[in-house]
Amino acid sequence: MDKIKIDELQQTANKIRLGVIKSVHAAKSGHPGGSLSIADILAYLYFEEMNVYPSDPKCDKRDRLVLSKGHTAPALYSALALKGFFPFEELETLRKAGSRLQGHPDMKGTPGVDMSTGSLGMGISAACGMALAAKIDRKDYRVYTILGDGESEEGQVWEACMFAAHYKLDNLCVILDYNKLQIDGPVAEVIGPAPFEDKFAAFGFEVMTIDGHDFEQIEAAFKKARETKGKPFAIIADTVKGKGVSYMENQVKWHGAAPNDEQYEIALSELSPKN
Amino acid sequence: MSEKTATREAYGKALVEFAKTYDFVVLDADLAEATKTGMFKKEYPDRFFDCGIAEGNMISVAAGLAAAGKTVFASSFAMFAAGRAFEQVRNSVGYPHLNVKIGATHAGITVGEDGATHQCLEDIALMRTIPGMTVVCPSDAIEARAAVEAAIKTYGPFYLRFGRFAVENVNDRPDYRFELGKGVLMRDGTDVTIIATGIMVGIALEAAKLLENENISAKVINIHTIKPIDREIIIKAAKQTGAIVTAEEHNIIGGLGSAVAEVVCENCPVPVLRVGIEDRFGQSGAVLPLLNEYGLTVENIVAKAKLAKKLSKS
Repeated sequence: MDKIKIDELQQTANKIRLGVIKSVHAAKSGHPGGSLSIADILAYLYFEEMNVYPSDPKCDKRDRLVLSKGHTAPALYSALALKGFFPFEELETLRKAGSRLQGHPDMKGTPGVDMSTGSLGMGISAACGMALAAKIDRKDYRVYTILGDGESEEGQVWEACMFAAHYKLDNLCVILDYNKLQIDGPVAEVIGPAPFEDKFAAFGFEVMTIDGHDFEQIEAAFKKARETKGKPFAIIADTVKGKGVSYMENQVKWHGAAPNDEQYEIALSELSPKN
Repeated sequence: MSEKTATREAYGKALVEFAKTYDFVVLDADLAEATKTGMFKKEYPDRFFDCGIAEGNMISVAAGLAAAGKTVFASSFAMFAAGRAFEQVRNSVGYPHLNVKIGATHAGITVGEDGATHQCLEDIALMRTIPGMTVVCPSDAIEARAAVEAAIKTYGPFYLRFGRFAVENVNDRPDYRFELGKGVLMRDGTDVTIIATGIMVGIALEAAKLLENENISAKVINIHTIKPIDREIIIKAAKQTGAIVTAEEHNIIGGLGSAVAEVVCENCPVPVLRVGIEDRFGQSGAVLPLLNEYGLTVENIVAKAKLAKKLSKS
């Protein structure tokens, strides 16, 4: 990947982060920490990896993304807005009565949202269903799902993994956002779901661990996922919760809190393009 | 005496029959032999997917298949489909209003010997609180087949409630026609109305015969579609007879009796007495002793009908 491409993707990820901060600030609630940790992955997915059609959001041949960690909807909405599914300004309606941008993704209301999620553990199963549908219909679209590390404590996640491997869903790519924090504290202290590589491998996945903020590594992982045949692929993305906003980075309290006006200004200045 | 068939048997046969005409896939959670989706698996192995003993995953997988355009049947015992996987049904299927048909077998007390853990007496209550969910509880094999076809032809989430125990056909007549959301007048009467669902329809008809011997004219209505419920037929019956007894193989809390009472008390209040499981867990046993123990009997319906009639006049 050349430097220009990397710069472009970094700028896109930055804009996704800006959208997250703006929308969560306007909503006065939401989940910025885990939204910021997946911004780079979403930038790569929507601007490099996936075939999507903003003017025809339900196009049958599109690749699908299921945000299994549905509470980080602000990042998804921000990416979708930047991609042209709806106006960027609409992000400020997040979580407000009558808005298309529900607190958790709603496939019926929001253009570009492929599955309603929010209750943890269910999205990855739905992604398996979509990947199986592609196999049944002999279609070549791919299905991506972003999973939280805390979310992996739900037993259904592993039921889904068993299913994905059994039905050889090599058109399914699971991205685990390993940001190491959940509501009650560090993931390792709450219940300790690691080691993820061993678990996914034992469940029949091809696994690759990357720095989830490094676009060259992100690209390499998605490339390897496409090349892997006969089994599903899991990317363990080592990330920083709150990435890009200094005071949010690696802080549990920013899992589900909105910045006040002063904090908002700091975040904006940190995320605004510097010349 | 007409032949006896379990509605789950009719479900399995219907899946095979309609697979020729309609495009759908079937999921099960390691109970294909018991739910009878095994018949479909045998005939259409490429359209059948076992999910193993993981009902929550199965329901969300069904949602994903449906989101990608498939019509999906997902089967397990009622206890695990509606009970264990309730939240998956609500959030993965109900909220996005996806085209998933839950074929739940072994509903109610007539599961028999397996006992309380497997006798689901709460599924109607759970499923009918989900917005947009159609809930159907067929009274015999003929109706079960018709319900499967209606579910295939009607977009949206369905909960189809089938039983393990073989029951006599009550709809074996040439003019039988199944219409989703429409109650069926099985027998006309003027003194009291018995509104029944599932296996209790046959028992209600027997009760009406006994009441006739005592010069009480009972109307019998089969409510196969518990949601959306046929308000019109219920209100009309309440006005005509002034007394109602409901009968269901389900907890009297939240099921058919509650659904009927909701309609009646909002429109034309008359006494509504409920025959069903009176807020208890089930237990092991053969079907007939269990039906007696829990009052799912002709005698109980007769007694409640007389009481309802009496309350209506006082």
